[in-house]
Amino acid sequence: MKKQNYTIAQNRLVAADTYKLVLSGPGPVNGEFVHLDIPGYYLRRPFSVCDSCEGSLTLLYKTVGEGTKALAKLPEGTSLSVLTGLGKGFDAKACKAGALLVGGGLGAAPLYLLAKELKAQGKRVTAVMGFNKADEIVLREEFEALCDTFALATLDGSVGTKGFVTDALKALQLEYDYFYTCGPMVMMKAVCGLLEGPGEASLEERMGCGAGFCYGCSLQTTQGPRRVCKDGPVFKMEDLIW
Amino acid sequence: MVKDLSVELCELQLKNPVVPASGTFGFGLELADEMDLNVLGGISLKGSTREARYGNPTPRIAEASCGMLNAVGLQNPGIDVLVNEKVPALRKIYSGAIIANISGFSVEEYRECCAKADACPGIDIIEVNISCPNVHGGGLAFGTSAQAAAQVTATVREVCHNKPVFIKLSPNVTDIVEIARACEDAGADGLTLVNTFLGMRIDIARRKPVLANTTGGFSGAAIFPIALRMVYQVAHACHIPVMGCGGVTSARDVVEMMMAGATAVQVGAENLRNPFACPEIIGQLPSVMEELHIDSLKEIIGTV
Repeated sequence: MKKQNYTIAQNRLVAADTYKLVLSGPGPVNGEFVHLDIPGYYLRRPFSVCDSCEGSLTLLYKTVGEGTKALAKLPEGTSLSVLTGLGKGFDAKACKAGALLVGGGLGAAPLYLLAKELKAQGKRVTAVMGFNKADEIVLREEFEALCDTFALATLDGSVGTKGFVTDALKALQLEYDYFYTCGPMVMMKAVCGLLEGPGEASLEERMGCGAGFCYGCSLQTTQGPRRVCKDGPVFKMEDLIW
Repeated sequence: MVKDLSVELCELQLKNPVVPASGTFGFGLELADEMDLNVLGGISLKGSTREARYGNPTPRIAEASCGMLNAVGLQNPGIDVLVNEKVPALRKIYSGAIIANISGFSVEEYRECCAKADACPGIDIIEVNISCPNVHGGGLAFGTSAQAAAQVTATVREVCHNKPVFIKLSPNVTDIVEIARACEDAGADGLTLVNTFLGMRIDIARRKPVLANTTGGFSGAAIFPIALRMVYQVAHACHIPVMGCGGVTSARDVVEMMMAGATAVQVGAENLRNPFACPEIIGQLPSVMEELHIDSLKEIIGTV
């Protein structure tokens, strides 16, 4: 874990209520998520890392609460305190040859970084992403360029399969030896119920410290109590109690 | 001139007065790879009970202006794991004061847990939490009545032969001095104050409490003036040392708490905003002392 200042290089609307935040500063960063101090708000906000390279860090966020709405108003050049190197992320090595990535909404963000890693390891990647409607779709071109197979589902049917991401999964001829999912809890529960494992899911919870010492984001698992921020946010499907 | 940050707490030498508060620093071990723990004057470990507890359902954390609420509900692996695993592991890497924080749901549970803590060689101070607002039928129930607080104090005092006993007081009372005096009269060696303030937030879109537990303990910068006032009142009314706690975020706050009468100062919610808050505060202390012409922190305790 490191606490460092980053500067906003880009903070722009890329989809409905969805912003892309590019921070310049030390990179690439380790860990699954970063904990961002939004000026004027007491607690930090955790965001999955969507991309990270030399000197920069990219996040996607939705303006769902007061904190993220305030973040959206911050101009380029603003300095932000960021804790990096947090969380246990996806285990790309768990996949032998073919990976299936299933995302819902902004769950697509960490899966994009994972897809890059899997491709770098020479693995076959199938990605299926679900959104409520067309104007909420993010990272479409990026996934299309990167993945061997890419499919979309929208609840309103405006793009791709009409319905949930699970409907798109049922429509596909799936070949994978390991799956990875990130999205709303109900979606991941459905995905873990539908798909044959092995696989893992990235969870979300209200956090305090984000670094494993306040025990604010605990989760009961088949292995006993675990901290979403430190022992996760990625957990093996068999460890999860839905 | 070299500044003397050390303080003496019940005959224990602390290299400085800064102590992460219970529940905001885990068992110390969680942060061992992130910083040099040995800069800390002491560490108050996560509250422990007789049996392992999972704690409350999530969400356990809510935000407020200049503060936060928690309803963790004393998640802990139980007193036996504390004394047999956590404390020995921390003792290996940490030479400062280890403070075991003990909670209970009955006087008997406090007695049993404190006896085990007293027998554990790695523990320096026993901090008895009679002020947790997030569990039902325990904790706070003992901290809001002078009679019950005295009963718990007298009971644990009987079984603690080796170590000083601090009672951690709740601010959710009409007269904290009355409770503090009751604990002192019952044999407490020191007092820690204050624990969190009972609070609540509502998600107005969902029309439901934010916390699964409905209520939680409010802490953070917002409570500093109230905590300071209580430390001031108690330190002036009692003759035993006080560890001041509540909303401390800076070296200046540490100095202020000490002037109010605190011998040591605990830092709580600020650790959650900034895991490096304690080492940073300790690092700032010499320059604040320089500015205020303070050579030794011991000199300022209770000077206001």
